Amino acid sequence: MSSNYNKILRDPLVDNNPITMQVLGICSALAVTVKVEYSIVMTIAVMFVLSISNLTVSLIRSFIPSKVRIIVMMCIIATLATLADEFLKAYMYDVSKQLSVFIGLIITNCIVMGRAEAFAMSNKPFPAFLDGLSNALGYGIILILVSIFREIFGSGTLLGFSVIPLSVYDGGYINNGLMLLAPGAFIVLGLIIWVQRTFTNFEEDA
Amino acid sequence: MHSDSYIYKFMILITLISSLVLSFAYTSLKTIQDLNVVVDKQKNVLKSLGINSSSMNSEEIQQKYLDTVKEIVVDINGDIVETINHIDLILKEDGKTGESIYKANDTRYLPIYKSSDSYVIPISGKGLWSTLFGFFALELDMNTVKGITFFKHKETPGLGGEVDKEWFQDNFKGKKIFNDLGVLVGIDILKGITVDDINEDKRIHSVDGISGATVTSVGLKNFLLSDLNLYKNFIENVKKQ
Repeated sequence: MSSNYNKILRDPLVDNNPITMQVLGICSALAVTVKVEYSIVMTIAVMFVLSISNLTVSLIRSFIPSKVRIIVMMCIIATLATLADEFLKAYMYDVSKQLSVFIGLIITNCIVMGRAEAFAMSNKPFPAFLDGLSNALGYGIILILVSIFREIFGSGTLLGFSVIPLSVYDGGYINNGLMLLAPGAFIVLGLIIWVQRTFTNFEEDA
Repeated sequence: MHSDSYIYKFMILITLISSLVLSFAYTSLKTIQDLNVVVDKQKNVLKSLGINSSSMNSEEIQQKYLDTVKEIVVDINGDIVETINHIDLILKEDGKTGESIYKANDTRYLPIYKSSDSYVIPISGKGLWSTLFGFFALELDMNTVKGITFFKHKETPGLGGEVDKEWFQDNFKGKKIFNDLGVLVGIDILKGITVDDINEDKRIHSVDGISGATVTSVGLKNFLLSDLNLYKNFIENVKKQ
């Protein structure tokens, strides 16, 4: 059984990563990855929403009428995402101002809905909780990775600290504005997916 | 299969629990959220005065604000109204221009923040995607710019969003809003050229624009001038003193 938990925990991190392998949750991955700080906060918020929604759905799975199960999941996810949003507004006001609508939009993140439908509806609460946690982490790893590239090349900083020495700027180097925009994120994300799929010899199902 | 009545009962129960959880969270966090909004505004008034509060906590910012800033209200003729405070003013945004309209008892008033060495007025107006909200600080001569900040906007990060950045805001410091003839000209935001390219007499009224953010720059230039015109009576009153 413990090897089973291991698999649940490890799979979404790399081999079955929700972003790079299943190509889900791209919208928010493009939107919030301008700075590493935002990515980290977003990751924590998604971890909260995804693990608790999986846990809740799994706990009440035998009571959920299958005809309306999607609406029930939506309701649970929306409640949790709104809770996360309200907490950020209260305790991390500056970050919440920057992330603005994207915390609320966790509701529409396909990963959350996907895990509830694909895993939590047919598994016991504890594995479902773990599955939510690890999928959110897999999502977060890619988010943070993308944002590291974007922040360094777009703003010349990392977590707000300058990392590119002034002498480089004096030599004529300028920050790449494209990295601050969504297309920059698209390019970085595409490169990451390419590199990962090359190393894992991934082949798209025909 | 579940019966229809079971489904109805189940849905009512789920929505009831969700709304209870949310309303509980909302009411219990409301006070601290409202405080955050107030402190954020105070922080930005201080910033336009050149006071950096990024290392201060919320109590320190409030204390600093109380020590530094006096809130005053004037009517549209520029006369100070003692009977009305900032807290009495109700803000309504003009949907078309993004202008902030402050009213109390259906009469329009203008809020002003005064410190020992400057006057701060709120500015707002449309950029490209959104309404920008900010503060504009003038020195006591009511001509020299002390600072400008923005605390709320949804312009493109890296382009129009650069209005947030120090390099842009620092350019405003020391500029003059009146020309030699005493006409209110505001601050021109240049496009395609830099301050060094224009006539010397105009440099004092111009700042470098943001490349790739023409609409934001033009919007900012226009609403800054119209907000200054709104406060012109008050500005003239102070100048006369």
